[in-house]
Amino acid sequence: MKTLPSTDAVIVGGGWTGLLMAKELGSRTALSVVVLERGGPRKTDDYGEDMDELDYAIRLRMMQDASRETVTLRHTPSQHALPLRQHGAFLPGSGIGGAGEHWNGEFPRMLPDCFELLSRSIERYGSKRLPEDHAIQDWGITYDELEPHYTRTDLLLGISGKAGNIRGKQIEGGNVFEGWRSAEYPTPPTKIPYFSALFRDAAKALGYHPYPIPAATTSQAYTNPDGVVRAACMYCGFCERFGCMIGAKAQPTNTLLPVIQKRKNVSIRTGAWVRRIVHDTSQSGGRARGVSYVDASGEEVFQPAELVFLASWTLNNTRLLLLSQVGEPYNPASGKGTLGRNLTHQVHFPAATAFFDEPLNRFMGSGASGVCIGDLDGDLFDHRRIPFLRGGILLALSLGFRPIGNFGVVPQAVKAKWGSEWKKAALHYYDRTGSIVFHGEHLAYRGNYMDLDPVYKDHFGDPLLRFTLDWRENELRMAEFATAKAVEIAREMGANEVTPFPGLRGYDATRSQSTHIQGGTIMGSSLDCSVVNPYLQHWQISNLFVLGGSAFPQNSSANPTPTILALTYRTADAIVNRYLKSPAALA
Amino acid sequence: MRRREFLTLSAASIGGVLICSLDREVFRLSAQANQSIRIPLRFFSQAEALIIAAASSRIFPSDETGPGAREAGVAVYIDRQLAGPWGRDRYRYTRVPFEENAPAEFGYQGKATPQQIYRQGLKDLKGFDRLGPREQDQKLKQIETTLFFSLLRQNTIEGMFCDPMHGGNIDMVGWQLIGFPGPRMSNYDDVDKHFGQAFRPKPTSLRDVTGHKVRPSEELE
Repeated sequence: MKTLPSTDAVIVGGGWTGLLMAKELGSRTALSVVVLERGGPRKTDDYGEDMDELDYAIRLRMMQDASRETVTLRHTPSQHALPLRQHGAFLPGSGIGGAGEHWNGEFPRMLPDCFELLSRSIERYGSKRLPEDHAIQDWGITYDELEPHYTRTDLLLGISGKAGNIRGKQIEGGNVFEGWRSAEYPTPPTKIPYFSALFRDAAKALGYHPYPIPAATTSQAYTNPDGVVRAACMYCGFCERFGCMIGAKAQPTNTLLPVIQKRKNVSIRTGAWVRRIVHDTSQSGGRARGVSYVDASGEEVFQPAELVFLASWTLNNTRLLLLSQVGEPYNPASGKGTLGRNLTHQVHFPAATAFFDEPLNRFMGSGASGVCIGDLDGDLFDHRRIPFLRGGILLALSLGFRPIGNFGVVPQAVKAKWGSEWKKAALHYYDRTGSIVFHGEHLAYRGNYMDLDPVYKDHFGDPLLRFTLDWRENELRMAEFATAKAVEIAREMGANEVTPFPGLRGYDATRSQSTHIQGGTIMGSSLDCSVVNPYLQHWQISNLFVLGGSAFPQNSSANPTPTILALTYRTADAIVNRYLKSPAALA
Repeated sequence: MRRREFLTLSAASIGGVLICSLDREVFRLSAQANQSIRIPLRFFSQAEALIIAAASSRIFPSDETGPGAREAGVAVYIDRQLAGPWGRDRYRYTRVPFEENAPAEFGYQGKATPQQIYRQGLKDLKGFDRLGPREQDQKLKQIETTLFFSLLRQNTIEGMFCDPMHGGNIDMVGWQLIGFPGPRMSNYDDVDKHFGQAFRPKPTSLRDVTGHKVRPSEELE
């Protein structure tokens, strides 16, 4: 194995968190920083030719190569797991920018009580009301502590939206249920296409409080505090699973890379597949010495470093710690160990599919343009007499309908799935169909976790990560509740036919949901119940930091990226202001 | 071929026009379905291509609601996909052990590649292209629950609505059917207008938008 000269910091993964940390350390310190990304290189202007639904949205050109590595799944610990042989339920990204390139750009904050979920739920309902096998926890931080960092992320990405609560003052037209914000959004809300406008008016008529979805597909040209300029969104409808060809959708390559490229102390290596964290461990703790990886030419390399950051998304963060034997793997039978616990996947489904008489012109839109309601979110309604805890948001997105992915949806009365009858109905309804989507909280349970699979291997022969994951009663009942509400709204919108979501059953790896998989290296206030401290610093190895959604103790209805970036900012501050002066445990 | 000519052709052509593509340049040949035609196929044999053309035309027929799989060149599209990385399972996790009878929620767990699934499925459809429409539909109903049929149905939809660079959706006939304009750089002035009214800009292909040929994934590796 070749040993390279030591670097001050090595960052595993070149997506949102890895590049944000690289930008912060590269700009605010003189540290030498190396980013190792196992996928390929990308440039800010790489997307001029990608408006092709087949290659990008269907064949998934921007995603991880599942032939080399995937995860395995089983529903309970007594089953043997099977590999997810092709992507379905979620879409891990690859290459510079990671999943932050192909995302939609919805940018909601979590509700304040999400960060204190365990204590607030017990306070209101008593511990007997929590699901028997729950594993929910407080995060070890509060919304108030995170708010300044949320605001920085809004400014970094130029988020478009309408505030509903500025320093406690409720503002009509924004999300009046949101946590307090220190400032209005940097740019005004996106335009609202027809389907979303129908939803807004219907929701209002039913007494809900609709508001425009906070969007990283910016509504007007924007210059961020780093001087990075992005263009206004043109609503072409090619966001999700694509990179933005004009750079209007904030992506790591158009928001962070331009700053990083000017920093001589930061270097990025692509095709660098990190296989292990190299570390010394002792009784009193341990120290990371660097990482070993296989480079693009196939050579094994050891990169020594003073500081090691894992920023390789939920799955690989967890897997690298397991493969490197850092920390104690979680054992669901004994409850011992913390590494791999609290696997969650945001509850995500089309609650009501509505069929209209009029055409909707649904090819126009952006990944985050639309309207949603927060009235049914979190603990905003009384759960004492309903059979589940927490809730979620209902959204009417106008993210740009493309035909291969959407053709063929017809009302339930049409039984044919091919042939003239089906074709006629599918043609008629193609542009007269829209779904109200639900994003709900997913509680953590003792039986939902990650470990290493005993059978299936990756292309290097390392064990794959194994999911043990299934829905519980709380999610099933929440889904029924949200579906009924969405159907009411769809009818109020003037739909002539509505197909309700059939309900959650066993966790389905083929149903496209969201790429919001969290947990595995969760944060918390004590090392008994978490892998990293509230600064995302490993409890046992103080020069190892684990960034990203793997730190979430449970899943919120809010999409994760704003919280992930805010936590990364907070960690960067703690490193620059405290750790570098006195390298030790920050909590 | 211009749109107007196309529409005339399709009206007269149900069951009779085969559309081919030579060396990525699209053009048409008009012929009887049972005639042999020189198509530069990449995966199918001539006999197989005629069966797939006939079967995809029953899934997405050319009828009074407009053109279908035949006019869009779906068989040519499927031929190219099968010959490319997708047909060979280049991006699927194919390590052992396979479990052929896994529950549906784990996704396809079998060993066979799309190429192998088509080859096997085609064995049950010998002579299919020479049957009448009613017999063809009966035959397809018998295999409706097979993996081969679900792939064929999905690939037919893809071939109807993909960018023309992939060999299907010739002349953007699929996009014209549903009013999809293809890649369109800006909807800024229209996205919050036309409420309740069909807004149907003339379709453009990726090549029209970029001004040059883009290499599709089936031609990589």
